[in-house]
Amino acid sequence: MGTTLAFLLSGTLLAATPLLLAAIGELIVERSGILNLSIEGMMALGAVVGFATIMATGSHWLALGAGGTAGVALSVLFAGVVLLALGNQVATGIAVGILGLGLSGLIGKSYEGMTVAPMKRMPIPVLSEIPIIGPGLFNHSLLVYLAPLLAVGLWWMLRSTRIGLVIRAVGESPESAHAIGYSVLMTRFLAIMVGGFMAGLAGAFIATVSATLWSDGLIAGRGWIVVALVVFATWRVDRLVIGAYLFGLATIAELLVQGMGISVPSQLLTSIPYIATIIAISILSMDSRKMRLNSPASLGRTYNSTA
Amino acid sequence: MGIAAMAACRPEPIDAGPPLLDLGGVTKAFQTVVANRDVSLTIRPGEIHAVLGENGAGKSTLMKMIYGVFPPDAGEMRWNGETIMLTSPAQARKLGIGMVFQHFSLFESLTVAENISLTVPDSMARLTDRIREIGQRFSLPVNPDSLVHSLSVGERQRVEIIRCLLQEPRLIIMDEPTSVLPPSGIPALFETIGELAAQGCAVLFISHKLEEIRSLCHSATVMRSGEVVATVDPRRASASELAHLMIGREIPHPKRSAPRPGQDPVLELSRLSQPSDDPFGVGLHDLDLRLYSGEIVGIAGISGNGQKELAALLSGEMLLDRRRRDLVRVSGSACGDMDAGRRRRLGLAFVPEDRNGRGSVPEMTLAENALLTGHAQGMVRRGLIERSRMRAFAETCIREMGVRCTGPEAEARSLSGGNLQKFIMGREIRLKPQVLVVAQPTWGVDVGAAALIRQQLIDLRDSGVGILVISEELDELFEVSDRIHVLFRGRLSEALDRSAATVSAIGDYMTGGFLSRDATETRIRA
Amino acid sequence: MIRLPWIAEPRIGRTGPRALLAPLIAVVTTVAAAVILMSSQGVAPSRAIWQLYIAPLSSLYNLSEVLLKMAPLLIIAQGLAIGFRAKVWNIGAEGQLLLGAIGGSLLPLWFNDSVNPMMLPAMALCGMLFGMGWAALAAFLRTRFNANEILVTLMLNSIALQLLYYLVSGPLRDPYGFNFPQSAPFPPVAMLPSLFGMGRTNVSIIVALLATVAAWIFAERSMTGYKLQVGGVAPDAARYAGFREKRAVWLSLCIGGAAAGLAGVFEVGGPLGQLQRVVSPGYGFAAIIVAFLGGLNAIGILFAAFFMAVIYVGGDMAQASAGVPYAVNTSLQGVLLVSYIAARLFIDYRVRWRRDITQQGVN
Repeated sequence: MGTTLAFLLSGTLLAATPLLLAAIGELIVERSGILNLSIEGMMALGAVVGFATIMATGSHWLALGAGGTAGVALSVLFAGVVLLALGNQVATGIAVGILGLGLSGLIGKSYEGMTVAPMKRMPIPVLSEIPIIGPGLFNHSLLVYLAPLLAVGLWWMLRSTRIGLVIRAVGESPESAHAIGYSVLMTRFLAIMVGGFMAGLAGAFIATVSATLWSDGLIAGRGWIVVALVVFATWRVDRLVIGAYLFGLATIAELLVQGMGISVPSQLLTSIPYIATIIAISILSMDSRKMRLNSPASLGRTYNSTA
Repeated sequence: MGIAAMAACRPEPIDAGPPLLDLGGVTKAFQTVVANRDVSLTIRPGEIHAVLGENGAGKSTLMKMIYGVFPPDAGEMRWNGETIMLTSPAQARKLGIGMVFQHFSLFESLTVAENISLTVPDSMARLTDRIREIGQRFSLPVNPDSLVHSLSVGERQRVEIIRCLLQEPRLIIMDEPTSVLPPSGIPALFETIGELAAQGCAVLFISHKLEEIRSLCHSATVMRSGEVVATVDPRRASASELAHLMIGREIPHPKRSAPRPGQDPVLELSRLSQPSDDPFGVGLHDLDLRLYSGEIVGIAGISGNGQKELAALLSGEMLLDRRRRDLVRVSGSACGDMDAGRRRRLGLAFVPEDRNGRGSVPEMTLAENALLTGHAQGMVRRGLIERSRMRAFAETCIREMGVRCTGPEAEARSLSGGNLQKFIMGREIRLKPQVLVVAQPTWGVDVGAAALIRQQLIDLRDSGVGILVISEELDELFEVSDRIHVLFRGRLSEALDRSAATVSAIGDYMTGGFLSRDATETRIRA
Repeated sequence: MIRLPWIAEPRIGRTGPRALLAPLIAVVTTVAAAVILMSSQGVAPSRAIWQLYIAPLSSLYNLSEVLLKMAPLLIIAQGLAIGFRAKVWNIGAEGQLLLGAIGGSLLPLWFNDSVNPMMLPAMALCGMLFGMGWAALAAFLRTRFNANEILVTLMLNSIALQLLYYLVSGPLRDPYGFNFPQSAPFPPVAMLPSLFGMGRTNVSIIVALLATVAAWIFAERSMTGYKLQVGGVAPDAARYAGFREKRAVWLSLCIGGAAAGLAGVFEVGGPLGQLQRVVSPGYGFAAIIVAFLGGLNAIGILFAAFFMAVIYVGGDMAQASAGVPYAVNTSLQGVLLVSYIAARLFIDYRVRWRRDITQQGVN
């Protein structure tokens, strides 16, 4: 029982970390008023580029950095089309996402089915000695600890810093932000690039830290769950963290139920995260007044920053 | 102290040295329209300078150029004698130019202090103190920690002014600042402006209200169709002289006769309360209203007191649940849960305040926009659109209302505000309604079109239609209404008869004067 | 503050033939990208262009393959475009297609020795209902719970795929199929008749063309189509006019779902002849691209679907002959849509250099 619980905790953390990383990025992007639906593609590209990097260099950190950079590259394309060519955000997100998935399949062809060594763990002294909780929560690679800290940093940034204030202002009304002299274009461009980096990083984390392998379709809809997470969190960082760990739990529920020896079709288990997403969004969105209160007012609307 | 008396004791601006701002031959065009042509203007330190002109005269364009929102196509701007080329509002602010917008550029989801910190770099704690301090000095009380969406329009204006003052400007541009104030709030604003000028700050005061300009300003630049037609001392000109300069002829007034209201109400609200859908909106409380055929009832009030919500509840854009459907009645039928289409079939027509995107689809042609509400007028057969009938309907609207456009195939967004409003009015009138609800009928419309629209309303009343006019322009309501209600914080006053409705009576109601004593505690100090 | 050196002003008035420019730019960009991507896989540029864009049209058999793939793309895209014009984002056509395939398979599997000529129409109806029902889930959640339809339809895609896997490996598996995850083959009455005896093309293309005509009438001439469009362009105007938003959501999703469901029946009753794990090579997603590339216009979509089908067949042929991975195809689809959206800038806006405007002044 103890080892199951430890496995449960550690598995949840490991599954939740990439979701949280990418969702932190997407939250920043959406707070600036842009809906980026290409997270899935950015994660896939980040994953394969990260995997290719680790095959070449053997360094996990280089792999994570390269994955993030790949995400940034794709996000620049997205930002260009949405901000400069004034493209519809939904359509552009889907298009860039498809491109990212395609490119990841192309790059990943020669790595199909290969595996890499897992990343070095950094057990936290003393805490990792506690039974059950120790191996469950405090014996992970650095990024697993870093992700919630980044979320706290994001919360602080949005609440108390000037840049956070500007992002919120631009997301509520780009017209007013422009009128008082802020560059909507620059703010959004940077936000999108940060979002791209985080998505790419999250993808690289999956390929090189949690799954330690590459196969086409590795991301398996997690990019979309990230988008759903931000809705689930009603654009608030505290709920984003809670949501990420809940979804992390849902994604490993498959392994858990199988482990308990209950006879359920495996396809149903695989569907659990998707079904959970639908239910969660439905419950959270029910109060449309509250959704409108929390959602960035300009989200998804094309703003002509050239005029 | 009365407004007129204040002007007398105002110090004259400083005459020595170069003018603070000097514009020469400034021109700006948008696509096909020339918004400003060869505009020249001079302001000295400590001067309160009016820019006077009717809607569409080019005042806003001029102000936005001075504030650096966009550059002029031609012409020169000198600041303290030096030629400047403004490329952004930030640069204008650095020079010492501040602006108080008519449509505020405040962020609803941020606090007052957060809003101000976006333009005034300082620590949040110090900024909070400075906001309180400057609020006291210029009698502009506001709580720095309030979220902007919880503030009244008057309070928001104070925030805009404080934001401006914290940047220690040498020139403040104020775009129609009195349009969001009750009559009783205007002297306090003028007091603040007077103090500013006395301390050497120049003020550009944009308005189309002649009396205000005559009592407040040292000089006035009058604009018409994008050009300067005169620069005058408004204290020495009469209101009718200014009016003549502004529109080039006498202000037309509609002709009206005594109303002949019918026996039964055509529109009825009974003790209606409803929270707003919009988290930043205003809830309505206990509204009682009766509109009879053959009369015009006006709803006065300062913007943001529930006008939007009232209009949406009447039109059917906001619905009551089925249990409370009989709180709204059109021609006797309970219809609180009916959408706009079904209410239209009961004989209710509605002209909304937003012409673009609500009253019309900007990207569609006028013919297609005729279909929007006119589809039941024989334009659809077996589910398919009869295009020739649709076009004919649009053509009739265009002809009868004198809409200036290239024809029924013109896109709605290619029309000026006044012409589009005439088209929408014409379309709704042609539906032959029993009740017509009109929100802000002449908002942003030029004087000629406004007069035509008001005359149409009166003629329609005389033909037996019951008309409800929701307007923030008191002058307009006095001109057309037979009875006037006032909306304040989502509550409706009893109706004042035309004869009893004076500026002071309505003005008192606009700040909650009609409420009982315990409710009065929530009155705003204007 | 950074100011872009150009300005983009919305174009007012009809765009006319200029609108063709965007798909043209997109196609040229895609061909260029194809050359680059194929070169990276060791295919010479001339050979790449031949394989992807000319070979599919070079023989009657290949052409019939193009038409075979065009039919599902066309019919799904027509259905989706109706929703997209109303800004109802149904991204779940892939899942709705799978449900259609499942629904269409039930009858021929239950009545495996049937010779009833009504089999095909009944399959089509059943498949459409299944696709529609799957999409209706999203419509229900959107109208009742305000749940974002993009996310719901996407999640439903993944669930539909798992449902298909479950069925073909369990309840619908062919009992004599050596445990392969696939159903029994369909009886001949359940197979779509082929056209002109040429290749594998079947009546599905005729049905898709009829659907195109219907879509055109619906969008351009019907009051319901007009209502949906107003809801998409100006939701406040739709509410003002009294066009019900919920109705638009239901209608958009149901039409899209039914179209995708029918496409699913085309697959199992056409080239596949049975239900199996792989029913669609991503038609549901490709159709989204087709709908946009066609400018959400029924006629435009006709040409877009043809082009997309060419890419599909070319990609298949390149894969077979030169071992080019399928991912090239996916990438090119992405390039096609990205470049199309970017090129729309010049259709919807008038773009001018700031410098030129200042020099021009006002005349």
